[in-house]
Amino acid sequence: MSSVEALAASVASQPAKRPASVLREALRLRRTQVGLAIMVLLMLLAVFGRYFAPFSQVEVVGDGLPNVRNVPGTLFGSDYFGSDVWSRFLYGGRPILIQAFFATLLGVGLGSFLGMLAAYRRGRFDEILMRSLDVLLSFPQLLLSLVVIAMFSPSALVVILTVGFTTMPRVARVVRGAALQVTERDFVAAADALGESRLRVLFSEILPNVSASLLVEANLRLTYSIGLIASLGFLGFTPDLSAASWGVMIQQNRSALTFQPWGVLLPVFAIALLTIGTGFFADGIGRTVAGIDRGKAEV
Amino acid sequence: MKFVVRRLLLGVATLFVVSLLIFVLTKAMRGDTATIVLGREATPEALKELRSDFGLDRPIITQYTSWIGGVVTGDLGKSFTTRAPVWAALSPRVSSSLFLLLCAGVVSIPLSLAVGSYAALHRDRRFDSWSSFVLLAVAALPEFIVGTFLVIVFATVVTKVLPATFYLSPDQPPWGNMKGIILPVVTLSISVLPYVARVTRAAVVEVLESDYVEMARLKGMPERTVLWRHALPNAIGPIFQVIALNLAYLAGGVIVVEWLFNYPGIGSALNDSVRARDLPVVQFLALSIAAVYIVTNLLADIGTVLATPRLRTRLT
Repeated sequence: MSSVEALAASVASQPAKRPASVLREALRLRRTQVGLAIMVLLMLLAVFGRYFAPFSQVEVVGDGLPNVRNVPGTLFGSDYFGSDVWSRFLYGGRPILIQAFFATLLGVGLGSFLGMLAAYRRGRFDEILMRSLDVLLSFPQLLLSLVVIAMFSPSALVVILTVGFTTMPRVARVVRGAALQVTERDFVAAADALGESRLRVLFSEILPNVSASLLVEANLRLTYSIGLIASLGFLGFTPDLSAASWGVMIQQNRSALTFQPWGVLLPVFAIALLTIGTGFFADGIGRTVAGIDRGKAEV
Repeated sequence: MKFVVRRLLLGVATLFVVSLLIFVLTKAMRGDTATIVLGREATPEALKELRSDFGLDRPIITQYTSWIGGVVTGDLGKSFTTRAPVWAALSPRVSSSLFLLLCAGVVSIPLSLAVGSYAALHRDRRFDSWSSFVLLAVAALPEFIVGTFLVIVFATVVTKVLPATFYLSPDQPPWGNMKGIILPVVTLSISVLPYVARVTRAAVVEVLESDYVEMARLKGMPERTVLWRHALPNAIGPIFQVIALNLAYLAGGVIVVEWLFNYPGIGSALNDSVRARDLPVVQFLALSIAAVYIVTNLLADIGTVLATPRLRTRLT
């Protein structure tokens, strides 16, 4: 965690950069290019793959036998249920991606608001807020998500809310660190002296100056949310077990790994590539914002 | 000393609020607990018996105080499903998980310290850039993907040199199956390596760029002496943080990894109890995993301060 905070601190000590110029600069790095390419490819596959699926996700193919490697008319054979592996694979990316997207939106939105507010208000408010967030940080993200989802229901909404709320304190810490140094600058004092409303100062003075570190956080948290939601699916916590989803597919087809590996191989590689792609992209942006790859003179 | 006491008090307070949160969450389950645990077909007598047996008919505050009082005095109550005392059922699980964590720690801590410091000492050379690239890729992967990949390569599709699941006969201790523990340990180690190695690299780079290391070099000291006398002792503080980070991360990682390899520890116990809505077991497991998190962070903070002379004098 300390390296993330150090990163955030070094971000804030530099003049604010706009997300657009950060992106342009980051795309000169090899890892950002590779990450973006993989990420876009996998996202397209996850979102639009289903329109190219030869079968529906519940349809039984061939003779209806499960775990057969060579079923005429299919690319990768049948899965544990007798459905087409390739079709279920094409269907299975969208739920993970959509849930991860909204969870990240919720977590980063709420977390950055609280982080900025804590840095701006300081004092007792800051202390109490950060200590209560520390309570949420004492749980591994997966543990808390697992308990909450098991107690309620594994519906998409509950998954989004839990992953979002467990992401929130992590984002709040980093954004608070970045915003603390902004709030000490003269233009914030000037806005305060002019009698601007707190929300206005927060959104038009502080937010633009932490937006670059927000961009880093958002990408990093998207990577983790995808991994977390896929893990929850792998553990069997998913709204509908008959609906294809990459994490669930791995769990369902795992026992047939020796004689029909495709039901596991395809989703394993898809999740791996998706998380590696978003991870590379996030790191490229992070490095650009922190100024790591621009020579030591500027650090 | 004042710092240590304050930090300890903060840790106890956090743990208290954590226990409240766990209790509220496990009580937030929709519907009647007894009906959910026993199923819809349960007779009214059985439901009534379960409620009075476990004190579910008492006010919620009383339920909390008797639970937390039990935790403090070592009485964890009984499991909803097996009716056996929670501690008796879980103590072999706890020792299995501790053994797994010990093995993973023994493998991953030295390895990540070595990779991180080697990369820092040979900064911007080939090993540094390649390890940074590979570690970045691995860091993004969820543990179950790493584990499943290892199963594909070593236990099923590619080769079958290692068992895909961990098997133990009931009277065997976890070290009775060293071959079976290899894949879980490697999975945990690979998952934790990137974080720890990156933090180590950053810590060592920072020390190497410090004024006192530059001073030592300018005095004409041999590089070896600079490293062992000036650089590494000053990197010990951050390394405490690194080890705590490692342990805390592993404590979360066991949840998926044990389930994946069918390893009989607290991670798979958590999975089972959460599914069965076995609340006394869930509460205890959630509390102990959170406690590991809090205690390791606390020890790391105190360790860092004690190992860093500058901080030590500032705080007393």
